[in-house]
Amino acid sequence: MLLSLEGATIRFGGRPVLDAVDLDVAEHEIVCVLGPSGSGKSTLLRAVAGLQSLDAGRVVLGGRDQAGVAAHKRGVGLMFQDHQLFPQRDVGGNVAFGLRMHGAPKGRQALEVGELLELVGLPGAERRAVAELSGGEQQRVALARALAPRPSLLMLDEPLGQLDRSLRERLVVELRELFGELGTTVLAVTHDQGEAFALADRVVVMREGRIAQSGTPLEVWQRPADEFVARFLGFDNVVEATVSGEAADTPWGKVPVPEGARQGPGTLLVRPAGVRLVAAADGLRCTVAARTFRGTHVAVHLQPEDAPRLEAACALRDAPEPGDEVGVEFDAAETVVLGEPPAA
Amino acid sequence: MALPVAFFAVFFAYPVAAIVARGLKADGAWQFGRIGDVLAQSDIRHVLWFTTWQALVSTVLTLLIALPGAYVFARFDFRGKQVLRAVVTVPFVLPTVVVGTAFLALVGRGGLLDQLWGVRLDTTVWAILLAHVFFNYAVVVRTVGGLWSQLDPRQEEAARMLGASRFAAWRKVTLPALSPAVAAAALMVFLFTFTSFGVVQILGGPTFSTLEVEIYRQTSEIFDLATAAVLTMIQFVAVGAILVVHARTVRRRETALRLVAPETTARRPRGAGPWALLAGVLASIVVLLVLPLGVLVQRSLDAPGGYGFAYYRALASADGGIFLVAPIEAIGNSLEYALAATAIAVAIGGLAAAALTRRNTGRLVRGFDALLMLPLGVSAVTVGFGFLIALDKPPLDLRASWILVPLAQALVGVPFVVRTMLPVLRAVDGRLREAAAVLGASPWRVWREVDLPMVRRALLIAAGFAFAVSLGEFGATVFIARPDNPTLPVAVARLLGRAGDLNYGQAMALSTILMVVCAVALLLLERVRTDRTGEF
Repeated sequence: MLLSLEGATIRFGGRPVLDAVDLDVAEHEIVCVLGPSGSGKSTLLRAVAGLQSLDAGRVVLGGRDQAGVAAHKRGVGLMFQDHQLFPQRDVGGNVAFGLRMHGAPKGRQALEVGELLELVGLPGAERRAVAELSGGEQQRVALARALAPRPSLLMLDEPLGQLDRSLRERLVVELRELFGELGTTVLAVTHDQGEAFALADRVVVMREGRIAQSGTPLEVWQRPADEFVARFLGFDNVVEATVSGEAADTPWGKVPVPEGARQGPGTLLVRPAGVRLVAAADGLRCTVAARTFRGTHVAVHLQPEDAPRLEAACALRDAPEPGDEVGVEFDAAETVVLGEPPAA
Repeated sequence: MALPVAFFAVFFAYPVAAIVARGLKADGAWQFGRIGDVLAQSDIRHVLWFTTWQALVSTVLTLLIALPGAYVFARFDFRGKQVLRAVVTVPFVLPTVVVGTAFLALVGRGGLLDQLWGVRLDTTVWAILLAHVFFNYAVVVRTVGGLWSQLDPRQEEAARMLGASRFAAWRKVTLPALSPAVAAAALMVFLFTFTSFGVVQILGGPTFSTLEVEIYRQTSEIFDLATAAVLTMIQFVAVGAILVVHARTVRRRETALRLVAPETTARRPRGAGPWALLAGVLASIVVLLVLPLGVLVQRSLDAPGGYGFAYYRALASADGGIFLVAPIEAIGNSLEYALAATAIAVAIGGLAAAALTRRNTGRLVRGFDALLMLPLGVSAVTVGFGFLIALDKPPLDLRASWILVPLAQALVGVPFVVRTMLPVLRAVDGRLREAAAVLGASPWRVWREVDLPMVRRALLIAAGFAFAVSLGEFGATVFIARPDNPTLPVAVARLLGRAGDLNYGQAMALSTILMVVCAVALLLLERVRTDRTGEF
């Protein structure tokens, strides 16, 4: 393992911000820590960088315990949330900073800065002032600056947080390609699940200083570990249920579950795609409370009698109007009993 | 942090401790009874009373005269405002000796008022009080006016819309927001006037004596070191108390206020009232601040054979017999000492400010912060006296070394450096430093690469202040400057101490030179000053 956190704990005024976190990052792996604000994910990066000391546990980098190793001697890179470019230096000065700190000769500095700027798509920008860069350009410069000293581990704090949506979607693809090409080991944190799923080989979901789930994007998406993870991923159709055989007993009535689902009481997730609209007489009777246009589909919010609301994903032309009465059927393929180990 | 602490331990704490020991220790035993003995003397009690009284009156007078000025500078926009602001600040960096001399030329024997109407004030307390107002006008205008100009006028307008009269709105909204700044300024003025030395020494004559002057008199004229030590301790305690109150007030001042850019709050005066106020403030500035300096220059040129540079030429010869060298050489001495002192003050103060920014939490650090301020108030005379009795034994026998004077001057300059640098350093985003550290910069490199470029201007300003303060430093220097190497203020004071028109004229001429050097230094600073830099 390139990076191992073993029982890493940090408390602010008695309250644990990181609570006995164990995390491994293998070489060339891209790991994305995902969590709401205040879940301790930025503190995790600061602990690895050496900007924040641990109250308990260890940070091991390349097999060496980092206790007592100052930030500037750890050889990791960190890209800050709002970039933190040095305002009094131009683009080239910013990118060259780490090289200078490591005593690289002038000629090599200039050469590498040129290459890095080319790599991040800003060729020839050396003499430009930092203040005149757009948000996306600043982000690229920050990335080039972090990459320049060739850190063994590159950490990104909300790397695309402040950019607008289209730029974000483009950059996330570029980043993944770039890291793949360079073979960089990356530990990123973000609160944006789309960003995390697009970027990462492995996603780690954090909640209140603890790791709630760790797995490939697909695993986490398909089988959220618990209600918190499911709701954080944007799923709202989560209820208490009792599974017996191929169906679960829920406030929405009997809901079919996949074959081999764990039996007994548990928590059930029905993905919006698994909520099918039928004629009012043929299923669970619901009133359409609201609809939200989502681009590729319409999210329809349904209010059953005496049961929690349901969200359904509908094709554009099939979407009912608010106030309509509809019936609901469930699709076993889109339901998940939470907390189940992934099927072997 | 280690270096500044060591500096203060050796050159401040140790001398002060030496004073205490000298005063209260006889035959190896502590004699605390001496404190009572000294306090029982009626003339000492009178000095204490007068010191407090004149400081209080000076403070009230300064506030009365300078607060309208603060308002005008904060809220009015008029042509020449920038120049006027600089003019108002000049007195603050002027050496006390120059101020004393200027007022002597205005209200003293043979002074302008004496010639015109036969009015002399140099035997009255008024000369001292006016000189104190002259000195501290800028403190009030800078501290109070600075905040006033950033208070959002719409807050007052909101109160007006809710039914408050113009005065009620000011009293209920602006005054509470302003009062901590007024209190802080008042305390600063009180501190400066409480420890006033040069002004009282020159204008007070034999009748008026502050603690500081009395300490000087006891050591250099009566040679009663025990009494001087006790007086020093009394002053030390008083100044410590004032500084504690000041620190509290300043911390309270940092409470959340709605601050806006100063440019947006100033308007052109409109109507008879505002114009009258502006005219009044301008008149008070001319009479109180510009006139004394003008008279000083005029006197320096008013030689027996008609206007000319006779007195200046006389400075170049050693014939006067007061000095071993020509008075003009004092200029060179002063500049050399001041440059050395500035270098020391900037190094020590810069390191201290950097250390304070790194760890800006914790009681220890706050204590250190306050400690750095002490030399500002703990009289220069104390410092000079302490140097004299503490640094005379190996391994610290510096009596014969030229470095003694710059060290004392640096001690007085350090607080200015720290006060100027701290706000700017604290404004540097901590994560920029972290970004540099993660990129491989050691703490020292971080300071050089991140902090230094951003505080270069502040550093320049701090250096300028330290230079001006060192150049004009009188209280400590007068103790320790060697007779053959006088500084400008010491030379002026000595010339004034002798009778004769030539000496008087030479004092005026030397003072003028000193004033010009200080004013030029300040005006250069005004060009690089940013609004963020400190409160001085």
